[in-house]
Amino acid sequence: MNVGLEHYIVVSGILFCLGLLGVILRRNLLVIYMGLELMLNAANLALVAFSRFNNQLDGQVFVFFVITVAAAEVAVGLALIVALYRRRESAHVEDLASLKL
Amino acid sequence: MNFDALPWIVLFLPLTAAAAIFLFTKRSARISAALSTGAVVASFILSAVYVGIAGLEPVREDSHIWLQAGKLLFEFGLLLDPLSLSMTLVVTGVASLIHIYSWGYMKGDEGFARFFGTLSLFTFSMLGIVLSNNFLQLFIFWELVGVSSYLLIGFWFERPSAADAGKKAFITNRLGDFGFILGILTVWAACGTLNFLLLRGSASMLGAGATLAGLLIFCGAMGKSAQFPLHVWLPDAMEGPTPVSALIHAATMVAAGVYMLCRVLFMLNPAALQVISWVGGFTALLAAVIAVQQNDIKRILAYSTLSQLGYMVMAVGLQGPTPAMFHLTTHAFFKALLFLGAGSVIIALHHEQDIWKMGGLRKRMPVTFWTFLAGTLALAGFWPFSGFFSKDAILAQAQHQHAWGLFALGLMVAVLTAFYMFRLVFVVFGGTERTHGAEHAHESPAAMSLPLQVLAILSIVGGVISVESAFNRQFDPQQHGASFVAQLLAPFSHAPLAATLGLLAAAAGFALAAKLYRGVTTDPLPARLGFLSCWMRDRFYFDELYEATVIRAHDGLSAIAGWIDRWIIGGLAVRGTHGTTELIGRALRLLQTGNLQTYAMLVALGVAILLLWVVFC
Amino acid sequence: MDWPTILFYLFAALTVGCGILVVANPFSNNPVTSAMFLVLTILWLAGLYVLLHAFFLAAVQILVYAGAVMVLFLFVIMLLDLRAEEKRKIKVFSLVGGLLAIGGIGAVFLGSVLKAQWPLAGAPAIEGGTAPLGKLLFAQYLLPFEIISVLLLVAMIGVILLSKRELK
Repeated sequence: MNVGLEHYIVVSGILFCLGLLGVILRRNLLVIYMGLELMLNAANLALVAFSRFNNQLDGQVFVFFVITVAAAEVAVGLALIVALYRRRESAHVEDLASLKL
Repeated sequence: MNFDALPWIVLFLPLTAAAAIFLFTKRSARISAALSTGAVVASFILSAVYVGIAGLEPVREDSHIWLQAGKLLFEFGLLLDPLSLSMTLVVTGVASLIHIYSWGYMKGDEGFARFFGTLSLFTFSMLGIVLSNNFLQLFIFWELVGVSSYLLIGFWFERPSAADAGKKAFITNRLGDFGFILGILTVWAACGTLNFLLLRGSASMLGAGATLAGLLIFCGAMGKSAQFPLHVWLPDAMEGPTPVSALIHAATMVAAGVYMLCRVLFMLNPAALQVISWVGGFTALLAAVIAVQQNDIKRILAYSTLSQLGYMVMAVGLQGPTPAMFHLTTHAFFKALLFLGAGSVIIALHHEQDIWKMGGLRKRMPVTFWTFLAGTLALAGFWPFSGFFSKDAILAQAQHQHAWGLFALGLMVAVLTAFYMFRLVFVVFGGTERTHGAEHAHESPAAMSLPLQVLAILSIVGGVISVESAFNRQFDPQQHGASFVAQLLAPFSHAPLAATLGLLAAAAGFALAAKLYRGVTTDPLPARLGFLSCWMRDRFYFDELYEATVIRAHDGLSAIAGWIDRWIIGGLAVRGTHGTTELIGRALRLLQTGNLQTYAMLVALGVAILLLWVVFC
Repeated sequence: MDWPTILFYLFAALTVGCGILVVANPFSNNPVTSAMFLVLTILWLAGLYVLLHAFFLAAVQILVYAGAVMVLFLFVIMLLDLRAEEKRKIKVFSLVGGLLAIGGIGAVFLGSVLKAQWPLAGAPAIEGGTAPLGKLLFAQYLLPFEIISVLLLVAMIGVILLSKRELK
């Protein structure tokens, strides 16, 4: 059967949910961050699919920007994680609860 | 200076004196006394000048709008007609004399300055009642007078009996005022205005509620003028210093009720007037009977005041405002005189008030004796003293209205009045000295005896100096004034029956008193009257009755109110609100875990809910 | 069944499988393992891009994402010398809440996919080659392009500042 837009959307959705799962349920900071990256990629996939099936290249330009921003974000985020690790000696998210009331 | 500002100055001078005393000069006794006396004497002179120049008539009103909101109109103003101007002269005149008397009486008392300050406050409040032109202002000053009375009765507040008497006076007054304000509200609801002059025209709008409104307004007079059943506070008010008793509880404040009734007489319909006259008559009789067996000189005079107030109220009820106001004026003169004389005796005997511990004072205190005798003759109603004319006017009014029951009652009270007053004179001034204190009594200083003499003169001639015609100009303009001689003989020509019977009643009382009390050392009546004498002495147990019923009920109610305040308002409402807020705060606090992932999860949950709602609903 | 379809299903299965293994690996808790599987996911995604005729983007995905971003990830993991994450008590509330949230969002996706009228558009005809993409990028999206460069500069400065040991 022909692969249509809906297939790609389903894949994107699944990937997004997996990423969300990683963010909410994993305790290692870096794995959480990877879940975040997974979510971004899912969005990218959806954008490219829509761009292709709507016959417009704008979606792909947008993906271009998203990838760039994701790269910058990863750099900054990892710097933060490094700084945090230096302070707390732990990359476990439950040790970062100093905003507790 | 605007001539029309004079009445305002007369009204506010005592207030400025009171304010100055309480704010600045309380430490200096002499300056305070001088300020206060100066203010009231100045008020008297200014009001005399005003009446002399502007005359008693025509009726003038000087009113300012205090608050106006739609149909609501509160004014502050003065109503100057023969009634208020005459009353102003009486109030300021008697108050001046009593201020001068107090220089001597209160000498050495550590509350000297406070006394004069409160006296000035009282004078201001009383003038406010007399001069006000609308019900609201009258009521405000009514309450102010009550406050001044409370402060003055409880002047020696370290004495528990004095403090209690002050409270009793104020609370009993308040009861009357409750009815009064209900009456004022009724009048306002029906007629739409509180101004006396405007009400005169629209009194008919009261319609069916006229009796009720009249009786409610009479409640105020019942409280202030101590009519039955609110009469219980006046005898206890004798705990205050004697000048206070003279000024407030004889001459002026208690007369305010009668004055107010005369002011609004046009509003009282025949049914209400009937009730008023019988209440007045009954009070007169009750008080006279009780006075017969009292042994404290001031209590006797207090019950005498109650009785005479009953007379005045009865006169109002018999549609005779002129006799009522006439008797009010003469009563102010001779009752103030009697009280001041009693004060003179009390001071001379070092604050002894039991009449059976006095005696033979006519030789030792001649000025006091002769003035006191003049006052007694006036009170008993002997011709040609002032009391005769005013009492005769009341009896004549009763006869004119064919109220034979009240006429007989008035005569009976006249007999009793003469009886107990001469009992007092014989026991205190006659006979021989019964105690050590009486042997060492001497005449009072000039500050005290001078006002006595002035008041004695007024008591003697008060009936014939055209007081009655002044009031007639307010109430009965057809009558014109008569000459001095004509006034002397007028009662015998206008109402011979009342005049003769009145004189006979007074003579009968005098004879009885002479027979029983001349030269005795103990009271012969208890032996003759037995248990009746006990009842009379114990004031017919009214206080005990009120204590058992009203006070108990009141205590119960206040216990309930206290419980509600503590547990429901304090507990449920205030602490409940606080507790609930705290609980909610604690619950919400649990959300702040500090854990990143919890926050992320909550965000995702929120997004999920939003999306579900937006996309699928 | 022609090749594009087969390849699609293959790539899709592999992507999802590797995605699962990134976040919920039953065998190993090691972040390095997760990173490796993420690299593979990116790779299969690039394949999917190629199937969607987005050639340039596929190349960029591999170059930037797999080549730079994931390498950076691995750098940091190695730098911090992270071992397997320690097992701590699982909070039921978080678990349930999390699953609920994910389930909800998943339901939204599923629901919207099922409810939509397929096919949404006509036959695809666009080719995502370098030249058309470049033209669009530099003509219409020039401003965002410049801003992105500033963003990268800012990110670099931020990173340098954040990773200093002490601020002087």
